[in-house]
Amino acid sequence: MLTLSINGADLQVDVPEDMPLLWVLRDVLGLTGTKYGCGIAQCGACTVHLDGVAARACVLPVGSVGQRKVVTIEAMKEHPLGQRLQQAWLEDEVVQCGYCQPGQIMSAVALLAQNPAPDDQAIDLGMAGNLCRCCTYTRIRSAIKRVAQA
Amino acid sequence: MSVDSNAPLSPSRRQLLKVGALAAGGLMIGFALPFSGRSFAEQVINEGPEDGRTPTATALDAFIGIDRQGRVFFTVPKIEMGQGAQSGLATILAEELEVGLEQITLKEAPPNEQLYNDKLLNFQATGGSTSIRSNWEPLRRAGAAARLLLIQAAAGQWQLPADQLRAENGRVLGPDGRSLGYGELVDAAAQLPVPENVPLKTPEQFRLIGQPSRRLDTPDKVDGTARFTIDLTLPGMKHASTLTCPVLGGRLAEVDERAARQVPGVREVIRLDNAVAVIGDHTWAAFAGLRALEVRWDLGENADIGSDAMERDLHRALDGDDGAVANEAGDIEQALKEAASTFEAEYEMPFLAHAALEPMTCVAQVRPDAVELWVGTQVPVRAQTAAAEAAGRPPEQVIVNNQLIGGAFGRRLETDFITQAVAIAAKVDYPVKLTWTREEDTTHDLYRPHYVDRFAAALDGEGRLLGWRHHIAGASVLARFAPAAVPPNGLDGDAVEVAMHPIYAMEHLRVSYTPVPPKALLQSWWRGVGPLRSSFMLESFIDELALKAERDPVDYRLERLALHPRAQRVLRRAAEQAGWGEALPAGRGRGVAVQFVFGSYLATVVEVEVGEDKALRVRRIVSAIDCGRVINPVSVRAQIEGGTLFGLSAALFNEITLAEGRVQQTNFHDYRQLRISDAPPVEVQLIDSSEEPGGVGEAGTALIAPALVNAVAAASGTRVRRLPLVRAGYHVV
Repeated sequence: MLTLSINGADLQVDVPEDMPLLWVLRDVLGLTGTKYGCGIAQCGACTVHLDGVAARACVLPVGSVGQRKVVTIEAMKEHPLGQRLQQAWLEDEVVQCGYCQPGQIMSAVALLAQNPAPDDQAIDLGMAGNLCRCCTYTRIRSAIKRVAQA
Repeated sequence: MSVDSNAPLSPSRRQLLKVGALAAGGLMIGFALPFSGRSFAEQVINEGPEDGRTPTATALDAFIGIDRQGRVFFTVPKIEMGQGAQSGLATILAEELEVGLEQITLKEAPPNEQLYNDKLLNFQATGGSTSIRSNWEPLRRAGAAARLLLIQAAAGQWQLPADQLRAENGRVLGPDGRSLGYGELVDAAAQLPVPENVPLKTPEQFRLIGQPSRRLDTPDKVDGTARFTIDLTLPGMKHASTLTCPVLGGRLAEVDERAARQVPGVREVIRLDNAVAVIGDHTWAAFAGLRALEVRWDLGENADIGSDAMERDLHRALDGDDGAVANEAGDIEQALKEAASTFEAEYEMPFLAHAALEPMTCVAQVRPDAVELWVGTQVPVRAQTAAAEAAGRPPEQVIVNNQLIGGAFGRRLETDFITQAVAIAAKVDYPVKLTWTREEDTTHDLYRPHYVDRFAAALDGEGRLLGWRHHIAGASVLARFAPAAVPPNGLDGDAVEVAMHPIYAMEHLRVSYTPVPPKALLQSWWRGVGPLRSSFMLESFIDELALKAERDPVDYRLERLALHPRAQRVLRRAAEQAGWGEALPAGRGRGVAVQFVFGSYLATVVEVEVGEDKALRVRRIVSAIDCGRVINPVSVRAQIEGGTLFGLSAALFNEITLAEGRVQQTNFHDYRQLRISDAPPVEVQLIDSSEEPGGVGEAGTALIAPALVNAVAAASGTRVRRLPLVRAGYHVV
């Protein structure tokens, strides 16, 4: 039995330690906002925060999470930066199919938390780990800038 | 993409609309019946019923319903996969019905080809950039008819002439300020006959159409609450994943499942003809279980096929006879003999996977009474048929609950993964969610075909185009997808679309096609469909002709576009906006391309920088589109931006190759996709137009590759005739 801090709550899960955090979140805890895309940390659809830092949950054995605080897209409604980015995402009509967008927003929150005024290059660096197959990149850039400049 | 373009379409105006009562009280308006020129719809159109009521209960699903609370339920015949079609269609309805977008509740259309066939595609599908084009007029008419009926119902109640009343925001308003909500009028309206004449709003009266509006599906997609197929859970459901034979046509021979059974959470190992499935308590158990299996395959006859062999077949086809002639005008052979000069070139495009970010996923339950699917599909009827066949049940026992789609790009026009999910679910007594790994998704796709096109142009003394011979070789998607739609000579209307009728005026033309079935892969639709192929080929070739004539590529095109003023306009606008003709530093160049497809005119200018060792930087993309009447300008821009970059990703990086019958690319590390750091800005110029709406979801995808290679030629003097660019040694910086 493992105890995990997820979105501010301590939760106990009975799963193998090598099971990636992604599947614990999705299939055990029902937090399906975090998506599966590649399973090898190439697409970023599974991005969560570990102590505020963006991490790929698909390659993170749940046994290695330890005491670190896990935050998922489901908590972004109450997160000041998360709220502003979600709003900017809607205002700039970023979303197309939407499958990658929870991961995009998690990476954007982590980026702005660390660098409140990123330039284009910093945005590219911070967001390059997140694929969007609908290629909404131009609007992701503008939505991040909207929040950064506000 | 057109599956049956020859089928007669004879929609009668007489029965265009149906009125009926909701079972629980309320008003129903049918609009979908005349879409198909055949079968049930034809019968209704030609023979009644004369009272305007729908003949069967199932038909009610096709309808716009307004209940006694005034809520509007719209059963949308198109799926939402990111293109914004459902919101666009709701906007058209809301406009004429005089309600707000937020008053409309969307419902996914069930499989019913009599009701929901697309009138351009002639089957029930979301594809070919048809959603707005096919539904624009009938949906307006249906909304306007409902509005008229509600006004007439109020007129009856108030004993006032209907022309003194108007509708606004879900209410009918009287001259003296009194008003009634739609919900209060629906029962009376349902008893009225279908109006003979339904006047539509004039464009000056539009309050929603043409205005930027926010899509209905996006709020749930930014906070993680949107549920895709992969996110669904049913009571008792378990999680499955499969390994399918790595070689197409191979069979499962033997499985040692002992180690897999030891994986915590693994419940079942299921043997299928060509695959093995592991069922577990969670997806991870299924994935880990698959990895622990020892599987032996009977690889079958494709086990020694490689890309080289398939490419040889394509070139051999071009060296053979002309194949099926798609179009012939003048005498191209004579023109080539007599021309002041001739020019020949051959272009090539690779197999492509779709790589939707949500992998193939389907929830299936096989019960004694029914087979039920929860799946995002572009083709509900084909999904129903596939499930029925897999379960050995009649189609009417298959329930299809369509879902939001996490990327499709044509992949979810196929039903292979649905067949597999049902085959697994048939062996257990609980619902199963099948989730493919990314590796399975990449290696067991149905691929956009590899094509080779050969051109020979006849030119006059000034290098002006007199005509060309164009021979296309590649797999016929239509021959696999809908064989009945292909004539005996094998002419695939999709493969020759655009190529068959070039927008450039020429006296002599011969376009022919030789279908070359691929040996160890299956071919399918891919965003941009036929035009994706043709635009690359035609716009590369015309550019080479311009350069050979030492002419400006924009001017050279304009000279041959006399019959297409809208094409001239987008070309001029894109060129102007991109600073065409203005000097660039050494190593930089601009390329242009123009097309008329999906009912829309598009021109794109790309600016690139080519440095040492073929270091390639795409600096800027400018597009101008004339897609007729625009429903939502934000959606049009977003589709051109995203669609263009989607095409750029493939043009730069992507190629599916085969060795020993196996697809060699497996995941995003070796099937690279465009990232934000690779993505240039895309500027979209929207041309004001009152023409019929055109499609926009695929236009940008189809046009970027030729503009890109033309830009590379301008920047470096080197012509790339085969995609992707990385194959020619370019690397993106």
